[in-house]
Amino acid sequence: MTTRTFRDTTVLLGRSLRHVLRSPDTIITTAIMPIAMLLLFVYVFGGAIRAGSQPYVDYLLPGILLITIASGISYTAFRLFLDLKDGIFERFQSMPIARPSVLWAHVLTSLVANLVSLAVVVGVAVLMGFRSQAGLAAWLAVAGILVLFTLALTWLAVIAGLSAKTVDGASAFAYPLIFLPFLSSAFVPTDTMPAPVRAFAEHQPVTSIVDAIRALFAQQPVGGAIWVALAWCAGILVVAYGLAMLAYRRRIA
Amino acid sequence: MHVSRLTSKVIGDKTTTADQAPAIRVRGLTKSFKDLEVLRGVDLDVARGSIVALLGSNGAGKTTVVRILATLLRADGGSASVNGFDVGAQAADVRASLSLTGQFAAVDEILTGRENLVLVARLRHLGDPGAVADAMLERFSLTDAGGRRVSEYSGGMRRRLDLAMSLVGEPPVIVLDEPTTGLDPQARLEVWQAVRELAAAGTSVLLTTQYLDEAEQLADRIAVLHGGRILVDGTLAELKALLPPATVEYVEKQPTLEDVFLALVGDTSAGLGAGADE
Repeated sequence: MTTRTFRDTTVLLGRSLRHVLRSPDTIITTAIMPIAMLLLFVYVFGGAIRAGSQPYVDYLLPGILLITIASGISYTAFRLFLDLKDGIFERFQSMPIARPSVLWAHVLTSLVANLVSLAVVVGVAVLMGFRSQAGLAAWLAVAGILVLFTLALTWLAVIAGLSAKTVDGASAFAYPLIFLPFLSSAFVPTDTMPAPVRAFAEHQPVTSIVDAIRALFAQQPVGGAIWVALAWCAGILVVAYGLAMLAYRRRIA
Repeated sequence: MHVSRLTSKVIGDKTTTADQAPAIRVRGLTKSFKDLEVLRGVDLDVARGSIVALLGSNGAGKTTVVRILATLLRADGGSASVNGFDVGAQAADVRASLSLTGQFAAVDEILTGRENLVLVARLRHLGDPGAVADAMLERFSLTDAGGRRVSEYSGGMRRRLDLAMSLVGEPPVIVLDEPTTGLDPQARLEVWQAVRELAAAGTSVLLTTQYLDEAEQLADRIAVLHGGRILVDGTLAELKALLPPATVEYVEKQPTLEDVFLALVGDTSAGLGAGADE
């Protein structure tokens, strides 16, 4: 990034963060569904789920964090869509600014808003008895994976925001992402699933990411899971970024 | 084809007047969307410090011309330059020279009026964005509303703010795309007044409109865009000689109804000074 892009991005980031601050409901609604799932699964279903020796909340939290991100990024598509609809996107594009900064500001806003939501969800989990002995390095590794995952999904949201025809379309794309963790090791171990479901669950990105985060929290060796997780995140990020740029160029010739 | 010969004759008269690069110069501009040929060779000039109205019905391609000038759309053929800079090759210079005010007031609803202006001043890398914003609020009679969120503004206030945002940084060329569409007559007069002040201060203005009286009121020259080409281009007097008299009669009727309306609803002399006009 050139200094100019950096400066313009900072100005526009300030603008969208102000949007988030003025409608704090976007952070609350982002956090509320994962928290509800956390409560439901720990206190209602959790007792009947056999997920190893650790407390179920410890088992569940990594998957819930991914659901938080999946529901949070839909606001990026929403905000981007509104910018396009209101014409302010074109106003920015017709001004002497570094053009990519308009998209980067939305992406960084998503990162900040999601980190806040994640912190809220982790806070609730701690109140519910979540404990981890993980050291600073492990926490940083978890944060790094979550940041990478957020960026990857946010660029997917940028594609949706740039190409959606209606405001519902702009945010609806996130629903499959929110349900992907159900077909993974996020809620229950994959061993009890029927073979085809299990095959899907074990070869989709959420399982490797959840397993890696869970191992980091539990101070167990992460093994190959973390590399598979990072490869998924990086792969989605690169593909989504490329497609977002295509959608962007189609939008602004 | 006889029509295009007429066009080139009118334009031929004009190109000899300015030595300096004109504010806007468009030559043989073409643009198609899939099979639809929207522009089939548009020629247009805006001399420095003048107001040119681009007149055309809905779907005539006015907005397409404007978007190409604002570097939001790439032309298929022909050339266009703003302030001497080519829109294709020197897009960054074009963006620094030109401000676009679109058909729908492109303002940030969630921010206040003042925050909108500060944002634009920051993006244009101006010193003391706060002072720039305050001066603009003053100039457009929005000082009292400056601290309120734009979502509470009336249509006229919104359009004024939109115009103010376009003027931050004092770009030499302003393009107004249907600046009064959807406004009530009072708000329309306010916008007209603002455009006149702009031109008086030396800014070059290209204005698209579908209202004949708007072109008549404001423009030094009027170009009529139809069927993807400029049919005629000239001063009002030149055009009056060309257009059938029936059209002229229709143009003159409109202000009368407006006078009646304004007399009925009250104050007409408020102009820009009017505050909230809901």
